[in-house]
Amino acid sequence: MSAPSPAISLLSPFAAIGRATLAALAAIGRVAAFALHTVRRAVTPPYYPGRFLEQLGYIGWLSLPVVGLTAIFTGAALAQQIYTAGSRFSAQSTVPAVVVIGMVRELGPVLVGLMVAGRISSAMAAELGTMRVTEQLDALTTLRTDSYRYLIAPRLFAALIALPLLVLVANAIGLFGGWLLATTRLGFNSASYLDVTRRFLSVDDFQMALVKAGVFGFFIALMGCYHGFTTQGGAAGVGNATRNAVVSAFVLILASNFLITATAFGR
Amino acid sequence: MTSPKIEMTDVAKSFGGTAVLDGVNLSVEPGESLAIIGQSGSGKSVTLKCILGLVRPDRGSITVDGEEAVGLKGRAQEAMRAKFGMLFQGSALFDSMPIWRNVTFGLTQGRHVDAARMRAVAQENLERVGLDAHILNLRPSELSGGMQKRVALARAIAPRPEIIFFDEPTTGLDPIRADVINNLIVSLVDDLGVTALTITHDMASARKIAHRVAMLYKGRIIWRGPRDRLYDSGNPYVDQFVQGLADGPIQ
Repeated sequence: MSAPSPAISLLSPFAAIGRATLAALAAIGRVAAFALHTVRRAVTPPYYPGRFLEQLGYIGWLSLPVVGLTAIFTGAALAQQIYTAGSRFSAQSTVPAVVVIGMVRELGPVLVGLMVAGRISSAMAAELGTMRVTEQLDALTTLRTDSYRYLIAPRLFAALIALPLLVLVANAIGLFGGWLLATTRLGFNSASYLDVTRRFLSVDDFQMALVKAGVFGFFIALMGCYHGFTTQGGAAGVGNATRNAVVSAFVLILASNFLITATAFGR
Repeated sequence: MTSPKIEMTDVAKSFGGTAVLDGVNLSVEPGESLAIIGQSGSGKSVTLKCILGLVRPDRGSITVDGEEAVGLKGRAQEAMRAKFGMLFQGSALFDSMPIWRNVTFGLTQGRHVDAARMRAVAQENLERVGLDAHILNLRPSELSGGMQKRVALARAIAPRPEIIFFDEPTTGLDPIRADVINNLIVSLVDDLGVTALTITHDMASARKIAHRVAMLYKGRIIWRGPRDRLYDSGNPYVDQFVQGLADGPIQ
C-alpha cells in the first residue's frame, strides 16, 4: 500500500477538524429537532398534568435539601472570603454587598443549576435509557401512548418551572448563610448588614437570575431526556447516556451562563 | 375468499449497510397462529417491528386488513396500532407502576381514569392468565420472570386486540412455566379468536402454539408449512435448525 501524498498529510489535521465540526453541528441539529418535536407534541392533546406535577415535585421539592445545603454553605463561605480578602485593604464592609450580588447574579443560579443537573439529568438519562434498552419505550408505542407527550414534555416543562423557584429559595438561603456568618463570627451588626443587603438587592438581578434558571432548567431536562431517549446497547449504553447527559448539561449551563451575563453586562 | 390479516411483500430493511430483511414475503390469515423461527439476528424481531411501525422498512409493502401500513402517521397509525397487542421478550413492564396500572395501560394510555373500574378490569385480565388479585398492587420487580410474562400477556390482551405478537414468549422460562405460557397462548388464540404471530427459537413452543411455521434465514423466508411438517420439511436448513445440529448448511 502506497504512503499518502505530502499534500494529503498536510491537510489531514484540517480534515479532522472539519469532521469534528460537522459531527458537532449534526449533534446540535439532532438535539434541536428533539426539543422542537417535544414542544410540538406537548401543545396538542392528550395532556398529562399528573405527570407534570409528579415531575415538578421530583425536580423541585425533592431537590430542596441539596440546594438548601449548597446555598447556605456557599453564602457563608463567600462572606468569609470577602471579609478575609477585603481586610487587606480595609474593605471588610463590602461583605454584604458582594454576597448579595455574587449570590443572586452568579452563584445562586449556577450552583443550583449544577447541583440539579447532577441529580436530575443523570436520573432522567438512566431511567429513560433503561426504558429504551428494556423495550419499555417500544411497549408504550404499541400501547398507543406518545413517549414525547407522556415522558419528555412533563420533564421539560417541570424543569423549566422548578429551576427558577429553586433559585429563589437558594438565593434566600445563601443570603441567610452570609448574614449568619457575618453576624456571628465576623462582628457585623445585623441591622446594618441587612440594610446594605436591601440596598444592593436589585429587581434586575433577580430577573436575570430567573432567566438563567429557566434556561438551565430547560437544558438540564433536555440533556437528560435526549441522551436517555437515544440510548443504544445494554447497561454500558445506559452508563454512557448518563455520563453524557451530566457532562453536556454542565457545559451548557456554564456556557449559557457566560452568554447571558455577557449579554446583560458586556459592552 | 378472505384477504390476509397481515401481508408482507418484498420487505427489506438494512441497518448500517447490513441487510437484516432482504425481501420478506409472508402472509397471516385471520384467526391463524403463525410462528416464525430462525437464528438469533436473522431479523425476526425486526419483522415484527416493521409491521408495528416501530421500524420503517427500506422497501416493500405491509398491509393489515388490506390497508397499507408502511408510512402511516398520526391518527391513521394510531388506529392501525389499536389492532395489535404485543408480548415483548423481556416483558417490558413499566417498573414504576403497580401491576394493575400496567395491565390497564393500553386502555388508559397512562391517564388517571376511574381507578376502581380499572382495577376490576386488571383483575379480570389477570385471572384470564391464571393470576389472582393479590398481585394487583405489587411492582413488576416483585414478581418472578414467569409471572411477569403472564402480566405482560394480560396487558397485551386487555384492550382486546385483533392481532397479538409474541416475541420469544418462552425464553428464559423453565420447561414447566414455558408450557404454562404456551397453553395460555393457545387458549387466548382459540377463545378470543385473535390472529397470532410468534417469533421463537423454541421448537416445542412453535409446534404447540402455531398452525403454520415459517423459517427466516438471512433476511428471507426460506420455508413455510404446517406445524406437523416441521420435522419433515425436506429443507436442509430447517432440518438442521429444528434438530439443533452444529453441522449443516447453516454456519
